[in-house]
Amino acid sequence: MKSRTGDVVVGIFVILGALAFLFLALKVSGLTSLSDNGGYLLKANFNNVGDLKVRAPVTLAGVKVGNVESIGLNAKTYQATVTLKIMPNIKLPGGTTASIFTEGLLGNNYISLTPGYEESNLKPGALITDTHSAIILENLIGQLIFNNSKKK
Amino acid sequence: MSISSVAKLGRSSVDKCAHLGRALQFLVHLLSIKPRPLANFKYLMEEMFAVGVQSLIIMVVSGLFVGMVIALVGYTILAKFGGAQQLGQLVALSVLRELGPVMTALLFAGRAGSALTAEIGLMKTTEQLAAMEMMAVDPYSRVFSPRFWAGVYSMPLLMLIFSSVAIFGGYLVGVRWLGVDAGSFWSNMQVAVSFRYDVCQSIIKSVVFGFVVTWIAVFQGVDSKPTAAGMARATTMTVVSSSLAVLALDFILTTMMIGGW
Repeated sequence: MKSRTGDVVVGIFVILGALAFLFLALKVSGLTSLSDNGGYLLKANFNNVGDLKVRAPVTLAGVKVGNVESIGLNAKTYQATVTLKIMPNIKLPGGTTASIFTEGLLGNNYISLTPGYEESNLKPGALITDTHSAIILENLIGQLIFNNSKKK
Repeated sequence: MSISSVAKLGRSSVDKCAHLGRALQFLVHLLSIKPRPLANFKYLMEEMFAVGVQSLIIMVVSGLFVGMVIALVGYTILAKFGGAQQLGQLVALSVLRELGPVMTALLFAGRAGSALTAEIGLMKTTEQLAAMEMMAVDPYSRVFSPRFWAGVYSMPLLMLIFSSVAIFGGYLVGVRWLGVDAGSFWSNMQVAVSFRYDVCQSIIKSVVFGFVVTWIAVFQGVDSKPTAAGMARATTMTVVSSSLAVLALDFILTTMMIGGW
């Protein structure tokens, strides 16, 4: 009988461990669907991606709708090609624009989408042509100094 | 005089090597036992109770306090930069990547490892192990193996519970007390923490730590001198060498994980 209650307590211990695992998986790492393969890919060319990293969030109206899947260089145009993975239930109209912004002063870069007004939706694999590059702080400061010195 | 001190050095090095060799031999013997899950299930459950369940309270209490301290310290530093919104990310990443596995392993070595060493050492001192062999009961499959596997299984479970409680402690202090917005606390955490890279790697770490700490604890018990002083030394050695092993292995594992393999 003593061993039976011991088994029950060990079972509760294992269940607690499993619950903790679920908490870490769902609430902490935000793993909402176990198969992370859902979603479709879009491409976008940027002149400069700045500090954008793979897995950075893609947002629309401030709500997360996907991730950056990969970042590569187009050797012909010397532009950065960013592949975005968008959640399957989000349909984007044609003419959607993509811009790279920074979260706060010290935050990471992310991609913000602004929906377009065309009737047809972007198909998987489509290229977003209208893009705004990352704002590089050093370039801005350089421009400011250059403009000021021209005024004088 | 000088010859004898060189001889002393030689003797102690040979002893150290022999000790390591015996430890490896013991591990190979332990792993080569045919697993009999049905026959040994009862013993495994008993040891899981002694090693895992009874360590639960210390893990929960210290996890809560670790999370609360990180949130408090992190908030005062982040607030200087106006980045208090990133508190969730700070708490979750530091707990999952480092503090969860390492603190669990150190507490486990002190709470369960020393108890394992003392128990097995006392069995050896009172010649219970020799008596078992006389009755044709293999102490490896009856005594050592259930204790070893109970430690290996318990450690990841304890680490998961410790990390969850620590993150909850961070939530209590950060959101409930210091007034960080709950939405940005959780959403920044979810953006920063990756399931595959952070949660799975911390599980890998704690499996390795569980393996090493229990191996050291059980072996120190088996290898202890059958005297009162020998047992005291063996328990001390368990805590000291498993703590050192955990910290050194943590550095190596983190280097491998950051380097990406």
